[in-house]
Amino acid sequence: MDTLASLADGFAVALTWQNLFLALIGCFLGTIIGALPGLGPSNGVAILIPLAFTLGLPATPALILLTSVYYGAMYGGRISSILLNIPGDEPALMTTLDGYPMARAGKAGEALAISGIASFVGAFFATWGLVFLAPQLVKVALLFGPAEYFALFVLAFATLGGVASRNQAKAAFAAALGLGIATIGVDGQTGVPRFAFGEVHLYDGIDFLVAIVGLFALSEVFIFLEHRAGGSGADGAMKVGRVIPRWKMVRETVPAMGRSTILGFIAGVLPGAGASLGSFISYTFEKRISDRNGTFGKGDPRGIAAPEAGNNAAAGGALVPMLALGVPGSGTTAVLLAMLLALNITPGPLLFQQNPDVVWGLIAALFIGNLMLLAMNLPMVSLFVRVLLIPTRYLMPAVAMISFVGIYGISGSTFDLMVMIAFGVLGWVLRKLDVPLVPIILGVLLGDQMEKNLRRAMTIHDGDWTMLFNSWLAIGLWAFAIVGFVLPLIVGRYFRPKIADEPIAEGADPD
Amino acid sequence: MKKLVGLAAVLTLASSLSAFAFEPAKTECIAPAAPGGGWDFTCRQVGKTLQDLKLVPGSMQVTNVAGGGGGVAYAEVVSKRDADNELIVAASSATATRLAQGAFPGNTMDQVRWIGSVGADYGIIAVAKDSPVNTLPELMDMIKKDPSAVSVAGGSAVGGWDHLKVLIAANKAGVEDVRQVKYVAFDGGGEAVTQLLAGSVQAFTGDASEAKGFVDSGDIKVIAVLAPERLEGDFASFPTAKEQGIDVIGANWRGFYAPGSMSDDAYAYWVDAIGKVYASDEWKGIMAANGLAPLDLQGDEFQAFVKESIDSITNLSKQIGIVK
Repeated sequence: MDTLASLADGFAVALTWQNLFLALIGCFLGTIIGALPGLGPSNGVAILIPLAFTLGLPATPALILLTSVYYGAMYGGRISSILLNIPGDEPALMTTLDGYPMARAGKAGEALAISGIASFVGAFFATWGLVFLAPQLVKVALLFGPAEYFALFVLAFATLGGVASRNQAKAAFAAALGLGIATIGVDGQTGVPRFAFGEVHLYDGIDFLVAIVGLFALSEVFIFLEHRAGGSGADGAMKVGRVIPRWKMVRETVPAMGRSTILGFIAGVLPGAGASLGSFISYTFEKRISDRNGTFGKGDPRGIAAPEAGNNAAAGGALVPMLALGVPGSGTTAVLLAMLLALNITPGPLLFQQNPDVVWGLIAALFIGNLMLLAMNLPMVSLFVRVLLIPTRYLMPAVAMISFVGIYGISGSTFDLMVMIAFGVLGWVLRKLDVPLVPIILGVLLGDQMEKNLRRAMTIHDGDWTMLFNSWLAIGLWAFAIVGFVLPLIVGRYFRPKIADEPIAEGADPD
Repeated sequence: MKKLVGLAAVLTLASSLSAFAFEPAKTECIAPAAPGGGWDFTCRQVGKTLQDLKLVPGSMQVTNVAGGGGGVAYAEVVSKRDADNELIVAASSATATRLAQGAFPGNTMDQVRWIGSVGADYGIIAVAKDSPVNTLPELMDMIKKDPSAVSVAGGSAVGGWDHLKVLIAANKAGVEDVRQVKYVAFDGGGEAVTQLLAGSVQAFTGDASEAKGFVDSGDIKVIAVLAPERLEGDFASFPTAKEQGIDVIGANWRGFYAPGSMSDDAYAYWVDAIGKVYASDEWKGIMAANGLAPLDLQGDEFQAFVKESIDSITNLSKQIGIVK
């Protein structure tokens, strides 16, 4: 096997003390960067680029450091999602849905462990996918034109109902709000600013991270401030629970991990889809398939395993178009790509032939980093869960502080801080109204891409709507979208009464 | 007496460093975008070269001021840092394009001082390898015959540099109403090339460096390089637009501007420093690595160059209706 021989060469490149040390540092920093609200993988990698420059690292070690940070951040994002209900970065958004309820039920340790294992499974098999399938998968990416991408995003929105466990109307409202927010900024297809009110800061649109940190982290702080007088809130007495999950629980989540790895990997391979879509589709798909008793959204371990396997698999998948085409599949790979170019490596169809040491060294480093992350994350679960023991009155000021520092650190703009506060207030109001926050972010993340691709397709085909159904792939995606939207309405009748009967007032948070 | 010796020592030290009346204490480069982008790299690489050549004391601090396609940084420099002698800001054709189109509300190019360029990335127009089109005039004829049959993909927004390059070419080729040229905006050149390979669009407009990987692999066919003469290296076999009778040059230059009220001494210092960086062997290596072609303009020459390109972009933007 040629591939395996190349991989062995890669391991020879990667297994030096210096590279192992860099991978370890990268994994550690990445986990922390991912866990801190306001810092996601793309900022984490971008912030460390100057470091790689200053150290004067050659191409392979520099890439090993940065991809370890990337994988580490994908692992780390789940930690604050589960413990604090604040997604550490955008792909970890879906993990809040079941992670936080599990933590509230005293199963934080198990949730962290399950999600750590799921992250490993997703990343591990995605890396194998990268090894064997990269050249073939590039052809899949080439099947997707604007019309197909549009159908894909419609499919994602059609299954949005799966996110909201209770009030569909409010979820739809939240998604619409997100779609509206996504339209802010200069419109690429006309070059005209929309809803910017002459404010230069709004020309680039609203940064996802600013919205996420505002809606989730700051609104949490506001709610705390509001209830401060109440004193003994339920939050203070959260139990930590066991740290090692029962074998039965792990076994139950294995099918979810498997399915989600595949879905996430495919979403990652498509440039313009990415990890957020990967974790989202994985979650909604898993919910459709296996949510028999309406436990999703209330702390089902499969609801954590699915998005975490999905987003980590997507991280591996996103490296396929980056290495094989030179096209970034996500924000983070865009930054990695810039780094490659600066190192005098031209990514593209010939990269595997021209710089095999870089490519295979990198892939070997991914395997090593992934093992390190698993080894690092499982024992550290007991450390992470201690966060829950910190009284809220100390934790919340720290959350506020990290949010402000993180957001200011990305753009150096006080305007972004104002936007973040505005989102915080919005989040607080919406929580009062019991409107779920997750669909808003999904609206922003996916709506932007959905609109762009629709407009591209329309431009190319001179506004001919029928061209949206011009390929079998597009028709297939549309069919899935329609089935995904309609089927639950019909089938749901048999399940819905049962779910509705369950007491809603479990004391769970609005989302 | 001691004082006098100290003063003399300081004077000798100062004169040994350089002959300029201005000496910076700590220098700063603003990259008007998030880390990892083109402006960020311009700052960091020039900063590193300045440091290696000992043209600045210590290292140069890079600050990222992202937002508004560079507009946030521009407004901040004009309003808050106007007299800062130790500051330079990374700029490129995109900066000139946005200034020309009034996308930095209330700001004009006269509010800052333009220092110099450090290279240029020339534009290319390409088609897929199995496309029946082989030359730029052929593509333009297709557009003339039926504008709706040709979609051109690029990595910038409508009105951005990738779009304008095609329009300038179309204009020179005699396409009467350039607004008819169908341009599809993607998120970056890489995505646009992918759509060319996928067959969604018929042509690609971008920078030479963006297309390099695909040119090497033979997946795309470059039909015109928008440079004054043929590029060196891998691109040497591709004809310029000029050779094909369409006289158009599309250079995505990279360079710097400085605050508008910077002292003349400081301005002279920076013009000299950037000129020295450009002339150095270190920088030649970086240019080769990043696919940058020569563009050697400093001081007044550069100021005039930026003015001219802003004027021509303003005209074109009025023609296509982006600027009223």
